[in-house]
Formats: sequence, C-alpha cells, structure tokens
Amino acid sequence: MALPQIKQDATDARLAALDLPKGGWSDPARQDALARVKAMGLPNARDEYWKYTKPDTLVQPDAPEAATFHTDETPVFEGVDRLKIVFVDGVFDAEASDDLAMEHVAIDRLSIAPDIHWAKDIYGVLEARGQVPVHRPLAALNTAFATDGLLIHVTGKAPKPISLIYRHAAKASDAVLHHVVKVDAGAELTILENGPAAARFNKCMEIDIADGGKLHHVRAQGRDHQRRAATAMFTRLGTESVFKSFTLTANGVLTRNEMVVELTGDDAIAHVAGCCVGDGDFHHDDTVFITHDALNCESRQVFKKVLRNGATGVFQGKILVKEGAQKTDGYQISQSLLLDDDSQFLAKPELEIYADDVICSHGSTSGAIDEEGLFYLRSRGIEEGPATDLLTIAFLAEAVMEIEDEGLQEEINWRVEAWLSRRRG
Amino acid sequence: MLEIKNLHVQLEEEDKQILKGVNLTVDAGKVHAIMGPNGSGKSTLSYVLSGKDGYEVTDGSVSLDGQDILDMEPEERAAAGIFLAFQYPVEIPGVGNMTFLRTAVNAQRKARGEDEMSATEFLKVIRAKAAELKIDADMLKRPVNVGFSGGEKKRNEILQMAMLEPKMCILDETDSGLDVDAMKLVADGVNALRSEGRGFLVITHYQRLLDHIKPDVVHIMADGKIVKTGGPELALEVENNGYADILAEVA
Repeated sequence: MALPQIKQDATDARLAALDLPKGGWSDPARQDALARVKAMGLPNARDEYWKYTKPDTLVQPDAPEAATFHTDETPVFEGVDRLKIVFVDGVFDAEASDDLAMEHVAIDRLSIAPDIHWAKDIYGVLEARGQVPVHRPLAALNTAFATDGLLIHVTGKAPKPISLIYRHAAKASDAVLHHVVKVDAGAELTILENGPAAARFNKCMEIDIADGGKLHHVRAQGRDHQRRAATAMFTRLGTESVFKSFTLTANGVLTRNEMVVELTGDDAIAHVAGCCVGDGDFHHDDTVFITHDALNCESRQVFKKVLRNGATGVFQGKILVKEGAQKTDGYQISQSLLLDDDSQFLAKPELEIYADDVICSHGSTSGAIDEEGLFYLRSRGIEEGPATDLLTIAFLAEAVMEIEDEGLQEEINWRVEAWLSRRRG
Repeated sequence: MLEIKNLHVQLEEEDKQILKGVNLTVDAGKVHAIMGPNGSGKSTLSYVLSGKDGYEVTDGSVSLDGQDILDMEPEERAAAGIFLAFQYPVEIPGVGNMTFLRTAVNAQRKARGEDEMSATEFLKVIRAKAAELKIDADMLKRPVNVGFSGGEKKRNEILQMAMLEPKMCILDETDSGLDVDAMKLVADGVNALRSEGRGFLVITHYQRLLDHIKPDVVHIMADGKIVKTGGPELALEVENNGYADILAEVA
C-alpha cells in the first residue's frame, strides 16, 4: 500500500540524508530494516501512537541544535563500582572507557565486530518482532543506520554493572546507537545508562534473556534542556527469567521511550518503571507494550511524572495477554503530579486479554500535591517548599522502589532531590 | 502560655460557624483536657491552633507567650512551639521516618536561629527517645507511617513530640484506635514530657485516656463553646453520666 504523500516525502527526505553503514554480518538485517522503514514510512502526527507526541523533530533530516548542559554536580552512578563505556555524540571514546572486558561477560562493538553468530539471531530480529501490531519505524531506522553500539553476551553472574555513559559535545549532533544484549541461562547483569548522548539521540536496545537469566537496567537520561531522544528497548524473556528496568528523566525538550516486552517462557517476571520530572519546555512520553505469551508470568508497569510550568507527560501502556497465557498477573499504573494548572498529562492505558484466568489491573491518575500531607509536614516545622519536595519524592517512591538495588535507589532519589531543590532556588 | 480569647471560626468553603466564642488559657506546666460530643468543634480547635487551611477566624485571638499566632504559617507556629499530635497521622511513602524527623528538627532550629543538630547527635537522641516508646530501629528507617499499625502511628506522633520539644502540645483524640496497652505506652510517653515549661491540651472523646494522663483542668465543649470547666472529677462525671446531663444543666 502506498504511503500518504506527506509521509512518503518525509521518509524520503530522511533517508536521503543517511548512508547505510557497511555492517558485515549485520548487512542483511540492515537491508531488511531499511525495507521495513520504506514500507511503514516514518511516523507523523496522524499515527495513532504519535498523536500525543509530535515526531517531526525526530524525523527531520537534520538534528535541531541543543546546547550542552554544564553542572558541577557529581555525575549519577559516580559512587557505583562499574565498568564504564563512554560514547560522545554517539562515537565510542576508548580513552574515557574502561577495557571492554569483565568476567562472565563478552563485550564487542557493533561497528568493528567480526562475524558474531549469536548477535545475528537478535540484531534487528527482536526489533522486527516488536513492529507487530504497532509500528515503531524509528527503531527500524535505527537497525538500518546504527553507526555503533555494543554486543554484550552475559554467560554468568557479572561481578559489576556495565555503565553506558553518553556524552553530548557538538551542538547539532545526531547519534544512532544500537545495543544487543544476550543473557544466557542463569546469567545476570546490571546495565546502567546515563547522559544526554547528543542533540538528537536514536537508541535501540535488543535484549534476549534465556531461562533463569536476569537483567537489571537503570537509566538516568541526560539533563540537557534542548536534547531530543527516541529510545526503544525490545526484550524477550525465557522461562523463569527476570527483567527489571527503571528510567529517570529530568529535563529534555523531547523524550520518547518505547519499551516492548515479550514474556515467552513460563514464570517470567518483567517490571518496567519510570519517573520523570519536567519543568517548562519538556515533553516526555513512555510508550510500553507488554505481551504475555506464557503461563504464570508477572508484569508491572509503574510510571510517575512530576510536571510544572507547562510541561507535558504522556503514557501509552498496553498489556496484551495472548490465548493460553493463563495465570498472568499484570499491573499497570501511570500517575502524574501536576504542580500547577499549566502542565498536562495524557494517558492511554490499554488491556487486551484472550485468556480467562488472569489478573490484570490498571490505573491512571492526575493530581496536585496532597493537602493533608503538606499540612502534616508544615505542622512539624518544615517550610512549604521543602515539604512539597518531600511529598514529590513520596509520589515517585513506588516507581523508584522498583529498582532492586538500594544503592541505586538512593542514587536516583538523590538526583530527584537535587533537581527539586534547584527549582526552589 | 496559650491564650484563646473569644475565638470564632467558620469554614472557608461554606458559611458554617464551627467555633462560637472559645475562651481558654493554658498555663505552662498544666495539662488541660477538652471533652465533648462529636461535632462540638474539638478537632477544629486543634486545626485552627496549628494553622490548617480551610478555616476562617472571624473574631477573637490566639496567642502563645503573648505572641499572636493566627497570622503565622503552620511551620512558623511549629517553630514557635505549637505541636499537634494528629488523630490520623499521614503516611508519606519514600521518605524515611528518621530523615523526616531530622528535617523537621533542623528546620525548627534554623527558624529559631539555633545551630542544626549534627547527624551523630541526632542519632544518639532519637535512639534514646525511640527506645522509651518501644519504637525499634526498623520503624525509624521505614517510610513515615507507611504500614504502621494504629498504635505505631500514635507512638510515632509522640516520638515526634519528644524530638521537637514543643512548648504547647495539642493531642487530638490520640486515644482513638488504641488498645489498652498501646494507650498506656502513649500516655507514658506524654507523661514523660510533662514539665514546668510545657503546656498540654488533650482532646478526647472518652475519659479513659485521662486515667493515664491526669489532667489539671477539664473543659466540656459543646456546639463550638466551652460550656463547663472543672477539675478531673468532671471527666468522671462524663464517664458515668454521659454528656447529656451536663449539656442539659448548662442549657
């Protein structure tokens, strides 16, 4: 079917500005992804899943400029013992990175990796699976044009987290990174991500977790005010495996985080959570799609957004329970705390269930600071500003608690506190 | 110490008069109890004294040590020495009890121009006071009031009172929802704080709390006014005969 002309033109213009990298083993996947992009077309505001978030600046050929953000604050995760891997505007920085070596983990780079047989089975494969039933053309574009990324193969319990640090240096940088993570049966890894990455960042991560494997993911997206990011994670879970992901977003003119999770083995657990704090020219979109396709699996979606000065938050979350996925336990909550009347939260929760013995609950709320709580704190001598901050932290707590590691929970809470106290001046 | 004169209060949202001329003076070192039937205005009085929104003072005055407090924000009243033990303490997930208390103690100290308490000193003090109230280390670490039983919440209120060392303590139906043992523990905590420099206003529906916290003065409140004042024997009269007799007598 031919694309609408306006979509065709936008897609052509974008593709004309890109060169397909020579990918060696990944070439067939890239060709396939390119064909899919051409068939789907890049998103525009008429697409159902883009009606709350304007994709034009993510699609246009050149990245809009974004000033870099300077702060004297200690970077997040600084106190965590981790293996650091640094990308500057999407380019690997060997100097700033640790050796790509760790016990029980093999790390290669997408741009220079020789034929890695396992990666071929995942690269572009999970992304392509995630295109049904909702198109995610920016992720397909990423598969086709990613200039670098990491191929991480976890064969046992990793001794420390891998920390991906994305720095932003050039004003109009346009980074496209694609990571592939394979967690073997019984293996375990924590991946940390932080930093703005570029003026515009398109990032895709495909994660395949075998039976009994565990992957923890904690991310703090960079604070540059004008940066734009479209990220997508595609995760497939085997029997009794666990995937837990948490994202904190503070600032950023546009962020679209897509999360596609497929529970394919019995008794698997997937928790995805996120907090965002937005002030002013801030648009943050969490789009989540969780498919239950096995017995007795548990999924949780916990998303909290604090918005002020006209900031916008979007949540589109879906739980799909396939026929036969009995004993599914699905939970979804999306809530916003609106600190003034100018901010808005747009939520679209969806459930689609084809099994008859499941528990699925979902809720979505928008509200202001709890007056009872505020009075309680003030009556103890805490001024209105700090009291409001404490209640904001209380509001975010359910999502932050989804992080299993208490040290990482504290890292995130500390960031939120700092962000809030800066806004109090 | 606390002087309430001809206090008239109505709800901001609707034209409804709740307090209709309350007069009450609590001297330092004294424990006053206010009893009264439901809807008499007891809780409203406690909220108005601590500065909750939603009430409009249409007449009268309230002063603490001669200083008018009605124009003060709740946090200013707290720093000046007013403390309200809530009937329904609020749960605050994600904020540790200890963090909350240290923030409160230091906010008040700062407001009074005093030095903040160091983390070490604070820890030493709170451990000692928590032990007296049988509050364990786990309760101190947990988020404020989250998952606390009714008794734990009330003990936590008394712990806050002990840490903040207010001049004027107002207890709003602190006995509600407590079994006998929990009530005794709470009362012991309150009694330990009785001192020459501190006044108490104990609001309660029933007499039983006053078996444990012996009041110096008992007031009966009805329809927004104090209708009778007496000694501890007045509480016993309520216990034995209910409010009806007293109300009939003053009507």
